[in-house]
Amino acid sequence: MNGDPAHTTPAQAPARVPARRKRRLREPQSALTIRFTVNGETVERTVEVRKTLADFLREDLGLTGTHLGCEHGVCGACTVLLNGEPVRSCLLFAVQAAGAGIETVESLAPGEGLHPVQAAFREHHGLQCGFCTPGFLMSAVALLRDHAEPTEEQILETLGGHLCRCTGYQGIVEAVRAAARTWQR
Amino acid sequence: MKPAPFRYVAPRSVDETLALLAEHGAEGKILAGGQSLVPLLNMRLARPQVIVDINGIRSLAYIRRKDDRLHMGALTRQRAVEESATVRRQVPLLWEAIRFVGHPQIRTRGTVGGSLAHADPSAELPAVVAALDAELVVRSPSGERALSPGEFFAGYLTTALEPTEVLTEIRFPVLPERTGTAFVEVARRHGDFALVGVAAVVRRRDGTIAEARLAFTGVGPGPVRVREAEGRLAGSAGTPRVFADAAREAGARLDPEGDIHATAQYRREVAAVLTRRALELAWQRSGGRTR
Repeated sequence: MNGDPAHTTPAQAPARVPARRKRRLREPQSALTIRFTVNGETVERTVEVRKTLADFLREDLGLTGTHLGCEHGVCGACTVLLNGEPVRSCLLFAVQAAGAGIETVESLAPGEGLHPVQAAFREHHGLQCGFCTPGFLMSAVALLRDHAEPTEEQILETLGGHLCRCTGYQGIVEAVRAAARTWQR
Repeated sequence: MKPAPFRYVAPRSVDETLALLAEHGAEGKILAGGQSLVPLLNMRLARPQVIVDINGIRSLAYIRRKDDRLHMGALTRQRAVEESATVRRQVPLLWEAIRFVGHPQIRTRGTVGGSLAHADPSAELPAVVAALDAELVVRSPSGERALSPGEFFAGYLTTALEPTEVLTEIRFPVLPERTGTAFVEVARRHGDFALVGVAAVVRRRDGTIAEARLAFTGVGPGPVRVREAEGRLAGSAGTPRVFADAAREAGARLDPEGDIHATAQYRREVAAVLTRRALELAWQRSGGRTR
């Protein structure tokens, strides 16, 4: 794992590998120590390589706002932002996030009050049971960051990557339209 | 933990990937975007011993024009293809089809090469590659070879890739003037795998079809070209009648299997309807008039 600051094997973890040691073929590992940022804070943990990012966030970091529905990429509940882009955290291993920046739903309203997108969801009945909501919120935030005035097609295309069993979607679509108007950036 | 235990390694170059594959051979598996592989791992339908994660190989993600082809690194994200003005202009068939692949949240990770190497029989990109006669560049420890789609796709979820090889590049031909393309599909929901999809390419000479190609997804073990229908179109006038006849012929020639989502007969009928639509659209886009 030489020359790769975000990825170290647990055994090597604190010791720095001397620069330019002879190149040997990397050895596959069952666990790795990874470093990355989650909601702006640097995290360094040793994690079994088969652990998904979703499970890592929930079980190792206690960030249970990220929900797991289908666990194979269909439902969208586990969507988080990886370097600003929405991804399924159930289809990414935690070790693959080494060196990256992750944002979860917990980052939206760290203090009192709601993020404008969350407020719009509340205002426009964009949720009922709330299980799918964290994923919808993260995709909506990414969309609205990139497109302050998204087209209807962009909104539907983005929300199409998420399943909701309660709302019938109309409230969610309306919430995203409203958030585009109310989010002052 | 959902996947069965495996060991993980993230090489930084194609050479290192090849060395790792040579060492771990059939028990190793390449992880690209992971949007098909990780579900298989999570459901324990696949249990590779070693995962070789190539996502750190930046040199495998690029889109660049070379002569009359657009060269695309196998690790190019589907989202990057969708956002590429170059692809939209120069390989519009790929641009049109990629928006049917999953959802934006899938395409941010999913890669072009990964979709092709996975070779799902209902995937969109294999049909695009088949319709365009794109080249698939494969590297092995002994060198590099370029395969045609017919050589590359070897059946249900199967390609000509050896366990020690890696797909590195796809070379899409930039189509000549007066050529139109279209991709249409029917799926249960937008973003699902296609029940049937068709990619059409039509080259026009005045009011005549100089050449036509049709590649289907969802109706066979891999992408399916229907050369009889293509042959019937070549040299014919670009009229609704001709397109309808070719569509009927294509529908009759296909031999899809039925499954829980759609019967074989339904797929054949949908294929015929989609063929007509795709041909008419491609013809219009080639600049041809419709009556």
